[in-house]
Amino acid sequence: MRHFRNLLVSSVCLALGSLAPAVAAPEPPTTGGDVVIRRLTPDQYQRIVRDVFGPTIKVNGRFEPEPRVNGLLALGAGKVSVSGAGLAGYEAMARDIADQVVSPANRETLLPCTPKEARAADDACARQVLGAVANLIYRRTVSEGELDGLVRNAGAAAGELKDFHAGLSLSLAGLLVSPEFIFRKEVPAGSGDRIDAFSKASRLSFFLWDTGPDSELLRAAAAGELDDQKGLARQVDRMLASPRLEDGVRAYFTDMLGFDAFHTLTKDAVLHPKFYADVPKDAAEQTMRTIVDHLLVRRGDYRDLFTTRNTFLTPVLGAVYRVPVAETGANTEPSSWVAHEYPEGDPHVGLLTHASFVALHSHPGRTSPTIRGKALREVFLCQKVPDPPGNVDFTVVQDTGNAIHRTARERLKAHATEAMCTGCHKITDPMGLALENFDASGGFRRDENGVAIDTSGELDGVKFTNVAGLSKVIHDHPALTSCLVKRVYAYAAGHQPGVGEDAFVKYLTTGFSEDRYQLPALLRRIATSDAFYRIAKQETAK
Amino acid sequence: MSAMRFTSRRTVLRGMMGGTAVTVGLPLLDCFLNANGNALASGKPLPAVFGTWFGGLGFSQGFWEPKTTGANYTMAQQLVPLEPFRKKINVFSGLKLYSDGKPIQPHATGPAVCYTGDVESAPHLASLDSLIADAVGQDTRFRSLEVACHGAPDSFSRRSATVRNPAEPSPIAFYARVFGADFADPNAADFKPSPQIMLRKSVLSSVAEQRQRFMQDVGVADKARLDEYFTSLRELENQLQLQMQKPAPLEACSVPNKNEKEAPLGSVVDDAMENHRLFAALLAHTVACGQTRVFNLMLSSAQSNFRETGSADTFHVVTHEEGTDAVLGYQPKTYWFQQQTVEALRVFLMAFDGIKEGPGTLLDRCLIFNSTDTGYAKLHAIDNIPLMTFGSAAGRLKTGYHIAATGDSVTRVGLTCQQAMGMQVGRWGSGGNQTNKPFSELLV
Repeated sequence: MRHFRNLLVSSVCLALGSLAPAVAAPEPPTTGGDVVIRRLTPDQYQRIVRDVFGPTIKVNGRFEPEPRVNGLLALGAGKVSVSGAGLAGYEAMARDIADQVVSPANRETLLPCTPKEARAADDACARQVLGAVANLIYRRTVSEGELDGLVRNAGAAAGELKDFHAGLSLSLAGLLVSPEFIFRKEVPAGSGDRIDAFSKASRLSFFLWDTGPDSELLRAAAAGELDDQKGLARQVDRMLASPRLEDGVRAYFTDMLGFDAFHTLTKDAVLHPKFYADVPKDAAEQTMRTIVDHLLVRRGDYRDLFTTRNTFLTPVLGAVYRVPVAETGANTEPSSWVAHEYPEGDPHVGLLTHASFVALHSHPGRTSPTIRGKALREVFLCQKVPDPPGNVDFTVVQDTGNAIHRTARERLKAHATEAMCTGCHKITDPMGLALENFDASGGFRRDENGVAIDTSGELDGVKFTNVAGLSKVIHDHPALTSCLVKRVYAYAAGHQPGVGEDAFVKYLTTGFSEDRYQLPALLRRIATSDAFYRIAKQETAK
Repeated sequence: MSAMRFTSRRTVLRGMMGGTAVTVGLPLLDCFLNANGNALASGKPLPAVFGTWFGGLGFSQGFWEPKTTGANYTMAQQLVPLEPFRKKINVFSGLKLYSDGKPIQPHATGPAVCYTGDVESAPHLASLDSLIADAVGQDTRFRSLEVACHGAPDSFSRRSATVRNPAEPSPIAFYARVFGADFADPNAADFKPSPQIMLRKSVLSSVAEQRQRFMQDVGVADKARLDEYFTSLRELENQLQLQMQKPAPLEACSVPNKNEKEAPLGSVVDDAMENHRLFAALLAHTVACGQTRVFNLMLSSAQSNFRETGSADTFHVVTHEEGTDAVLGYQPKTYWFQQQTVEALRVFLMAFDGIKEGPGTLLDRCLIFNSTDTGYAKLHAIDNIPLMTFGSAAGRLKTGYHIAATGDSVTRVGLTCQQAMGMQVGRWGSGGNQTNKPFSELLV
C-alpha cells in the first residue's frame, strides 16, 4: 500500500558508504531536551492514511492550523491541542476515511478477509483487519487487550446495525480519532534519560520520511534493535536509501521556507495577469525540485543552492520568467517539468530569485524590499527582525505613483529619515533592495516608473552590486549553514536546542562543514547520534 | 467525567442494543413555548446568546463617535447606515488599552486585550466568548461556532493557551456542519434517535477510556494540553448525547435553504462581503434553531488584507500610505474600506433583527460585542478604540446609549458583557487592563 511521488526518486537512492561522517569526532555529552508531544501535521495525517490504506483513500476535511514557533510549524505542533470544533472535524474525517475503506468499491482490495455473513458480526475477520492496521496507526505494538476492545466495538456496532462493514467502519474510525494517533506522544525509557524504542522509531520516521514508522521500523523497535548503535545505524541507512527520503526533505523545506503561505497567496489579476492559479503551485514545486535535485540527487553543497543556475520550469513558470519552455514531458503529465540551466551572467541565480521567494515575500501588487530582507534574515540566517512600532507614518513608502520618489529605494530612503524606523530598515532593506529587479509576481524588470533600478547593497559589512553579488554573500555567510543545522535539529527533535545542547549543535555544525555541507550526511549524523534520543529528566503528572 | 455519566451512557446503550424501540432515559427538555413565543412553556425565558463581531482597522477618528452621550444619541457620520438599529446599539468611545510597558504588536495587541483582557499578543488566557461559553454553552449542540469571511480560518476565540477555536471560512461547509445530516429540526413532528449517533458516541466513549493509559508518563507541561483534547472529546460526546433527545420546539426556527454557491474564499472585499451576507443569515438561523448560544464572526483579520479587484492596495496598506484629505478631514480610501465594515454590520443586524421571537426579535435576545484592532490605523494607535454592543442579552442590558469613558480600559465592556450574560464575575483583565468596573448604568 505504499505510494511514492516518484519524481526524482530513482536517482535519489544514495550511495551509503559515502554517508559515513568524514571525521569521526566524538559526540559531546548533552543534557537532552524535553519529551515532546506533537499533534500530527495535516501532511503527516494524510501520508499515514495513504501509507496504511493506500492512495485510493481520500482525506476530506479541514485541519486546525498550527502556530509558527521559532520559524517552524514543526515546533508549533508541540504547543497545540485540539479544540471542540477541531475534534468534531477529526471525527468526521475519521468516519469518512473508514467508510471509504470498507466501501463496496474498496473492500475487496483493501480488506484481507470477507465476513462469513455480511449482515452480522464476524470477530475473526474484524480482528484480522484491525490487527493489520492498529500498530501502524498507534505507531507501537498494540496489546491483545486493546485489540479485543477494538474487535468488541466493531462487533457490537455490526450487531446493532446488522452490517459487518458498518460496524468495522465505526471501530476503524475510533482508531483514527484516538489521541494515540492524533498526537505523537514520546515516552521516556526506563532509564528516564532517553526516549523509549517506539518513540525513537517515530522521531526517526517523522524526521526522515514525514510519516509514521513502517512495519520494519516497528519490528526493529520491538526487537530492541534501535537501542543498539549498529541496529540503529542499519535502520537509519535503510531509511536514507529509501525514495521516501524525498518526502521528508520536502516536508522540512516546505516548513522552513513558509510555503504554507502559498495556500492563501493571491496576486492581483489585473496587475499580474501571468500569476494565475497554477503559478503559486508551480513556483513552490520549482523550488522543491531544485532542492531535491541539488541536495539529494547531486549530493550538492547546501550553500550552492543560493548560486546554482540549475532549476526546473513549466510553461506556466516560463511565462512568469520570460523563458520559453517546450513541453517535452510525457503527454499524460498534467504539467511538464523541464530541467533548465540559466546562462552565465543571467540574473536568475539561486533560490532567492525564485518566484517562491520574491513573490511570496511581496504585497499583492507591489514588491517590498523590507519584507524580503526580513524573510532573508529570518528564514536563512535565523536572525530575528523586530516588528514595526506603533505611531509611525508609512505614507511615503507605499505610494508607487509618487512623482518624486519613483523607486522603492527612494521611497524607503525618505521613510527611513524617521529615527525610529532607521534601526530596523538598516538590517532589512539593503538586501531586499538587491532583489528589486524581481517584481511582486517574480517577473524580471530593469526599471520602475521609468527609472533604472539600483540593486547595490550590503549584508553584514560585505558590499555587492546586484542579486548575483547578494547570492554570493549569502552563500559565504557563516550563519547560513549554522542556521540550517540548528533548524534541522529543532525540527527533528521538536524543541529549540537549549544551552545544554550547545556543544552538540556546534559538533553538528563542524561536522556539516567536514561533510562538505551535504544534507544527507547531516541527517545521518543527527539520526544516529545519542543526543537525538536523549531527554532531560522530567517531572511527570500523576 | 463522572462515573454517573458513564453509567447512564452504558445503561442507555444496553437499552439500545437489546431492544428495537428506544426509550431514552434522559431528562426531558422544556418542550413547548408559552403563548407569547418568547419563553418556554416552563416559564423560563428563551436564553440569552453571546456573539462577537470583529472587523479590522476600525473607523476614522472624529467620524464615528456620537457628539452627545447617554440615551438618544445621534449617529455620527460614519455609522449613519446603522441608524435603523440605533436603539439596540450601545457605542463606547474613548476606551483604550494599557501596554504596561510591553512592546505593542501592531494589530495584535488590540484584539488580545479586547478578547482576553491581557496585553500579551501571544494569548495564554481563555477569550471572553469562551468564558461565557463555559457558563452558558453546555446544553446546546455546539458550545460555540466560529466563522470568518476573509478566506482564512482565523479566530480570536480560544479556550486556553493551547486551544484556539478555528473559524470556518466557507459558508457551504458551515451549512453542512450545522444543518447537514446531524441536524434535528426542533419543530419536526416526529423524532427518532439515530442508532448511528448512539454508536458513534459509544466509540468516542471507548476513546475516552484510553485517557488513563495515555496520560501515564506525561510531563506536567503537556498534561494540561492533553486534558484539552479530552475536554473536546467530552464536548463531542455531549453533542451526540443531545442529538439523541427530542429538541424543544422553537417557533422562530426555520431551516435555511441550502446554499449551493459562495464567493471565492479570499481577500477581495466583494467576495468577503458576499460570504459575510451568507454567514449572517446562516448564523441567525443557527441561533434561532437553538444550535448554539455563543458565536464569533470575523469580517476581516486584524491588519485587514481586504482589497478591490484590480488594485494593488490592501486596506492595511491604504491606512498607512494615504494622506488625509484637507477638505474631508479623513483618508478617503480608508474611509471607503471602513464603510464596507459598516455595511456588513448593517446586513448582520438586519439578519438578526429580521427574525421575530414573540414581541421582540432574535437580536434582542443576543448580546454582540463588536471590536477592532486599532483606534487610528494610520499610526497603529491604541487609544480611542471603537467598540459597540448590539442587542440586550434578553433584556439584561440597556441599549441605545453612547458611553464616553475616555482613558478607561476596553476591558470594561468585556466585564459588562460577562455580567449581562449572567456570570458571577467581579473583575476581569490583567495588569493595567484589569477592571472591576462594569458599565453598571447599563446593567438591568
